[in-house]
Amino acid sequence: MMVKSKYSHPIDDLLRLDRVPYTWCPGCGIGIILHHTLRAIKELESEGKINRDKILFVTGIGCTGRAAGLVKLDAAHVLHGRAIPFAVGAMLANPSLIPIVFSGDGDIAGIGGNHLLHAARRNMDILVIMVNNFTYALTGGQLAPTTPYKVYSTTTPYGNPEPPIDTAKALMALDVNYIARWSVTHLTKIKDSVKYALTKRGFRFIEVISVCPEIFGRHIGIRDPYQLYVTLRKIAKTRIKPSFGDIKYDWNSEITCGVFVDRDDPGYFDRLKEIGVTKK
Amino acid sequence: MEVKVERQIRTGLNGDEAVAYAAYHADVDVIAAYPITPQTIIVERLSEFVHDGLLDAEFIPVESEHSALSAVVGAAASGVRTFTATASQGLALMYEILYIASSLRLPIVMALADRALSALINIHCSHDDAYAARDSGWIEFFAENVQEAYDLVIAAFRVAEDKNISFPAIVNLDGFILSHSIEPLYIYEGQDVVREFLPRREPIVKLDPDKPVTIGALALQNYYIELKRAQAEAFEATPPYIRKILREYSEFSGRKYDFIKKYMIDDADIGFLVLGSTAGTMRHVVRKWREKGRKVGLISLTLYRPFPVDDLRDAVKGLKKLVIMDRSYSFGSPYAQLYMDVAATLYDEPEKPDLINVIYGLGGRDFNEYTAEEMWEKINRPGVKKIWVGVRGD
Repeated sequence: MMVKSKYSHPIDDLLRLDRVPYTWCPGCGIGIILHHTLRAIKELESEGKINRDKILFVTGIGCTGRAAGLVKLDAAHVLHGRAIPFAVGAMLANPSLIPIVFSGDGDIAGIGGNHLLHAARRNMDILVIMVNNFTYALTGGQLAPTTPYKVYSTTTPYGNPEPPIDTAKALMALDVNYIARWSVTHLTKIKDSVKYALTKRGFRFIEVISVCPEIFGRHIGIRDPYQLYVTLRKIAKTRIKPSFGDIKYDWNSEITCGVFVDRDDPGYFDRLKEIGVTKK
Repeated sequence: MEVKVERQIRTGLNGDEAVAYAAYHADVDVIAAYPITPQTIIVERLSEFVHDGLLDAEFIPVESEHSALSAVVGAAASGVRTFTATASQGLALMYEILYIASSLRLPIVMALADRALSALINIHCSHDDAYAARDSGWIEFFAENVQEAYDLVIAAFRVAEDKNISFPAIVNLDGFILSHSIEPLYIYEGQDVVREFLPRREPIVKLDPDKPVTIGALALQNYYIELKRAQAEAFEATPPYIRKILREYSEFSGRKYDFIKKYMIDDADIGFLVLGSTAGTMRHVVRKWREKGRKVGLISLTLYRPFPVDDLRDAVKGLKKLVIMDRSYSFGSPYAQLYMDVAATLYDEPEKPDLINVIYGLGGRDFNEYTAEEMWEKINRPGVKKIWVGVRGD
């Protein structure tokens, strides 16, 4: 009989505890985001709305990508930028799967940006959770497409001259079913949003602004995780049904959070059925 | 050869930093790269040189390696000096552009911090990526230590841009073993010194709005094979020019460079052939084994592509046995990559040594004296042709 640990946590059964301590730095936001993603799964399961055996948890390369090795779900840690095509391929072969792509901004909006665009265009039936820490943290803090304007990175030592991509806003140009953005300071919002998105069809995108005190925090002069959380809490402003023009992605003034798109258009598989390609 | 230390500074750098200094001293004009371990430090340092105003170059932090090499191809076609650096999956993602760069005869220089290919994800040294580029028409050098990484990058620019050569070049340095190890080395005082050896690039053909040309156009059954034949002949004709430049560089630096390096090989019975940093380990091992009375010697390749056929044929004369050490594997091939090159090189020789293929060090598995001893024991078993060393449970 296995001896039970003195301490336990409600999501322990969804984690590979033998891999503790994880590689994430102290103060990192990814663990919090993963935690609330797993809580959403757990709650849906207890409500009888989801079967964890059907979940496919896909991550790319990067700090966030490490999550695939930590969850006690069917998981794949795939090539840099290719988490979405992997999930799409698995879904096409077995439409009963519930694919969750959980990866970073460099992976999804950077090197994998084209896949994101086309999965969204198809309204592909997957959930993408993008953890945005504004930098390539695993390799030590190089410029990412999401790095705020004028901010230092190790490849832009005098400040970033490039305007960043607002990934969530960019996807609004495509007819996807769900787009939301939260920050790591919105704990229940992350959980509720993932929970809601998992019950929907079509393409669902949740961006979570994370904190990286070790790399990004150091670059902007806020190394203390608590201070970084406090700062982010002021910048991340939740708005109810913001219009396209209202949505901002600016580290110096506001990063708009909230649900940007919520509709129920037919997903990719519904359209396949509609034109008679598949009966599934 | 006398070391010429005037206008050189003795310092300590890791392999990545040394490569960055070499590209800086070579006064490159355009750099495009994407972060990937273990290469990242190269582009970080270069971005600092650019942003500090030391290096008058454009630095583009692109969104993938595919874009990195594509951007560099565009820049090189416009006639400027270009540099990029990558590793492993990054090189794999660049793969289709490798052929474009070489077929367009663009003298791009790339540093490759050799790293194993996925899956499983590994960030340490294998030569998978170096071998992946072997058929693509790029010149490939292998550095044994940090000094060589620095020197070969500077020499590679001269080689690539030489009008008799005009092919892109890769300088391989073993991931982590060289890229992240700080070693003492000599670097030049600055760009002015290097410019004496490496003048500004003078392109043969370039994109110029005043004299419009089309590059990379369609050539089907009508012309493709003639163009490829011409490319093959041009590539095969490069060794004398590469050798001339390496000799000039040896004079310039006071450090000897040639296609291959030999150590205690002349009177040896058993020779070992290696690429990259393992040459240093094996030199130590060979010295120790000589003390034990084993008649062994070492050959290491500085130039891997074009393959130094004549030098190698000459070097192995008199050997009874040649052990070819591969830090990669070619699945489904009779032997690993370097072995097959050597076997093809020696096939027509009337007298040749017995060849043994050793696979070692994949994914950064340490190769040291003890692994070498294991290798010695295995290669002396009767009838052995291909062995793996340093594998747990063997």
